[in-house]
Amino acid sequence: MEFKNPQEELGRFRSRIAVAGGFVLVCFMLLFARFLWLQIVQHDYYQTRAEDNRISLVPIVPNRGLIVDRNGAVLARNYSAYTLEITPARAGDLEKTIDGLATIIEIEAKDRRRFKKLMDESKSFETLPIRTRLSDEEVARFIAHRYRFPGVEIKARLFRQYPGGAFASHILGYIGRITDRDLEKIEAREEDANYRGTDHFGKTGLEQRYEFDLHGISGHEQVEVDAGGRAVRTLTHTPPVAGNQLTLTIDAELQRIAEHAFGDRKGSLVAIEPASGGILAMVSVPNYDPNLFVDGIDSQNWRELNESPDKPMVNRALNGAYPPGSTFKPFMALAALELGKRRPEQAISDPGFFNFGGHHFRDDKKGGHGMVDMYKSIVHSCDTYYYMLANDMGIDNIAAFMGRLGLGQRTGIDIDGESEGVLPSQEWKKKRFRKPEQQKWYAGETISIGIGQGYNAYTPIQLAQATATLANNGVMFRPHLVKYVTDTRSGDKRLIEPEPLRNLQLKPEHVEVIRNAMIGVNKEGTGARAFAGAEYVSAGKTGTAQVFSYKGAEHKTESMAAHLRDHALFIAFAPADKPTIALAVLVENGGFGAQAAAPIARQVLDYYLLGRKPKAPALPDEAAAEGDG
Amino acid sequence: MNRGIGLATLREWWRKLVAPLDGPLMLIAGLLLLLAIGIMASASPERINAQLINMTVALVVMRILAQIPPQRLMHLAVPIYVAGVLLLVAVALFGDVSKGARRWLNLGFMRAQPSELMKIAMPLLLAWFFQKREAMPRLRDYAVAAILLLLPVGLIARQPDLGTAILVLAAGFYVIFFAGLSWKIMIGMAVAAVAAAPLAWNLLHDYQRHRILTLFDPEKDPLGKGFHIIQSTIAIGSGGIFGKGWKSGTQAQLEFIPERHTDFIFAVFSEEFGLFGNLVLLALYALLIGRGLMIAANAATLFSRLLAGAVTMIFFTYAFVNMGMVSGILPVVGVPLPLISYGGTALVTLFIGIGILMSIHGNRMLVQK
Repeated sequence: MEFKNPQEELGRFRSRIAVAGGFVLVCFMLLFARFLWLQIVQHDYYQTRAEDNRISLVPIVPNRGLIVDRNGAVLARNYSAYTLEITPARAGDLEKTIDGLATIIEIEAKDRRRFKKLMDESKSFETLPIRTRLSDEEVARFIAHRYRFPGVEIKARLFRQYPGGAFASHILGYIGRITDRDLEKIEAREEDANYRGTDHFGKTGLEQRYEFDLHGISGHEQVEVDAGGRAVRTLTHTPPVAGNQLTLTIDAELQRIAEHAFGDRKGSLVAIEPASGGILAMVSVPNYDPNLFVDGIDSQNWRELNESPDKPMVNRALNGAYPPGSTFKPFMALAALELGKRRPEQAISDPGFFNFGGHHFRDDKKGGHGMVDMYKSIVHSCDTYYYMLANDMGIDNIAAFMGRLGLGQRTGIDIDGESEGVLPSQEWKKKRFRKPEQQKWYAGETISIGIGQGYNAYTPIQLAQATATLANNGVMFRPHLVKYVTDTRSGDKRLIEPEPLRNLQLKPEHVEVIRNAMIGVNKEGTGARAFAGAEYVSAGKTGTAQVFSYKGAEHKTESMAAHLRDHALFIAFAPADKPTIALAVLVENGGFGAQAAAPIARQVLDYYLLGRKPKAPALPDEAAAEGDG
Repeated sequence: MNRGIGLATLREWWRKLVAPLDGPLMLIAGLLLLLAIGIMASASPERINAQLINMTVALVVMRILAQIPPQRLMHLAVPIYVAGVLLLVAVALFGDVSKGARRWLNLGFMRAQPSELMKIAMPLLLAWFFQKREAMPRLRDYAVAAILLLLPVGLIARQPDLGTAILVLAAGFYVIFFAGLSWKIMIGMAVAAVAAAPLAWNLLHDYQRHRILTLFDPEKDPLGKGFHIIQSTIAIGSGGIFGKGWKSGTQAQLEFIPERHTDFIFAVFSEEFGLFGNLVLLALYALLIGRGLMIAANAATLFSRLLAGAVTMIFFTYAFVNMGMVSGILPVVGVPLPLISYGGTALVTLFIGIGILMSIHGNRMLVQK
């Protein structure tokens, strides 16, 4: 065994100490090198990273532009309210969270359903409202319990509000939460940055068409935030610019009177200023409350609206295609004059039917109207006159003229999704049907086209536009709802110019014939009862369109199921010599146009021309009763 | 007159109080404690009072240790070690689980963390062991030492507490190293360790593997495991040369640095005082370690030398591992920044070490005379 040598041992130990000291120095130099790298070489990079950590750019959503009628009455506005919002990804067990919240703040089944629907439509890292419009007291209660609910927060948000409720809903449309499809539109316009904080988007109506005008320019705030994302202080503030204001051509009071005039009935009315194409009123009833959509509609309401047989979500003015019935006759007569197929005084003898190839096309009046000229054919709505006329003109002549009047084509109104309707012609039939035997146009099919039946199907706005064109002596304007857009920043008004689509170059004497006949309708013809005692001269035409073809059989309106009853129509313009308003009314399953549709037109014209409101404020029930009678 | 006597008495008291203390060590430790208070005021001001109490306790413990002669300590080596190992076994069997690790032993009146004790007990025992070998230690002795070392290290690693296991392992290894383990064996062991790495990888807990993986690519998991490293690196890097100023570190003040009063306090320091501050801190640690190694080199007995050398190197291990992990060159293991991080346990352990160094220094001549 080797005994230790103290000196040698101490020497070896000290050399080990030296090695350890050297090791410490090397390690510390390594650390120092690391610090040099991070704090000098990479300093700028980490400085930026630290700033990115610290500073958060918070978008400030602009106030959405207001929508007002031509007189400044507000139709869509915003209000600020507190909402209780959940970020599902951060909240853990959602059911438990919501149950917990329900113990301090009232949460209805409706709110839960709506939340569930929003969940299905969105990504889990988005924050979604479980309750909107919290009272101050509820806000205080939640704040006291906030610690219990991770991923739940109170937010102050701006909400769209439609103060009239269902009023004019098909014009205004509504906004809803941004979907993937909306995002595509936003990206296509390179508006992504501007929409960073926005979570609503126009879905229908003007809200949709004028979305990028109404939205405004987002502001932003540079906020210092802590690691939990809580704002500590504001560094810079760039205020948002509110969206542009839309001023409509709509007269809200006129719109209201028109909507009320329908009562419980379904239908549509479009009133146009003939000299500009500005729409004064556009009714589609029943309508719906767009406010339901703003916070996200709950599934039950959604189902009710969508599955209702009354189809409140369909904008009948633009998307309902109806046979025009006898309101087609003035246009047929005009076509005959322009094409030289008839002279005004040329009369036919009406035996009460028109025989074509052994088939009797019946007239409304048993035994016929006797000798009928053009004036009488319109005033008394003689079918036989138009059966013959249609036969004489031929389908392609009719289609060509009606096409120029804008029937069967989109009017170009400033709302998306307008329907085309059906302007029947040989060509149309070829396209429409597949089988060769169906593609052929039969001459017999032309006959009922003459009285606005058959394949004819036009939207109320097309009828209104055609009426307005007639009233305007053949100069046709593009119908529009927005009069001007007010730029929030400059205050400049961007006028939506009246856009003449075309001039039909109608002979004034021809227009005069039709005008006189239509005046006659309201004086001594089918519209006389509705316009009895009117203090202005109006021109009109009634119409009754068959929903269903009753081959030759007599039928009685009262005995039929409501949805099979005829549609009632009426077109009119006034004052007849210098029209300031032209309109088309359609009452679905309303029966005779003279009874159901013409009185509605009378109320609208009385208000527009005389400022006279209906005597008894038309309660829906009363109005309906009157209409059925 | 009375006052003069009173003053003289006080002076006498003071002289007695400071007599066993080592001036340079006291000065360096004092500066580090002042730094600790300063940085705590920025990182977590509400904890200053608690930490001041911890410091007072630690200084008292240091003063007591400084007065205990190394020979006495040597007698305590075996009982402390045995007690420590038994406690570790008890923890493994009955310990409280906290944050997924079984580290604490509930003694009824207090919760103790026996693994902390091993940081001192381990070098104490091994120094005793080599002192007892009269002759030049032989391979067999090293093997026994290795077993004595690996037993508690294994128990601690199983808790699992990788940070403490590494510190205890290092503490024991330093003793063996200073005792003269041949370079050949050390190199051989290093090679074997590299070869065994894949095997060790399989024995690691998932969270430990994760920590090592995130070290290599913290950005892979920026909100999870990598968050600590990313944020502390950003803090250090953005500090620049002179730092953002006391209490002005955005990473620290806005709470981006996790555990900013304990393991990651260096990130706060580095962000607010920059490269310059880091240099000062490294210098203080270097001086502390240098003084400790000097004391070891001049110690009277083999036991004192080994103990002093190992205790000193524990300081180094704490400092290097902590700064290395916070600056992103070492995996994140739970090792505090010595004398700076908040917490009483580590502080007391470290001041026990300083007390031992002072005692060894105070007794450097006695035995030889």
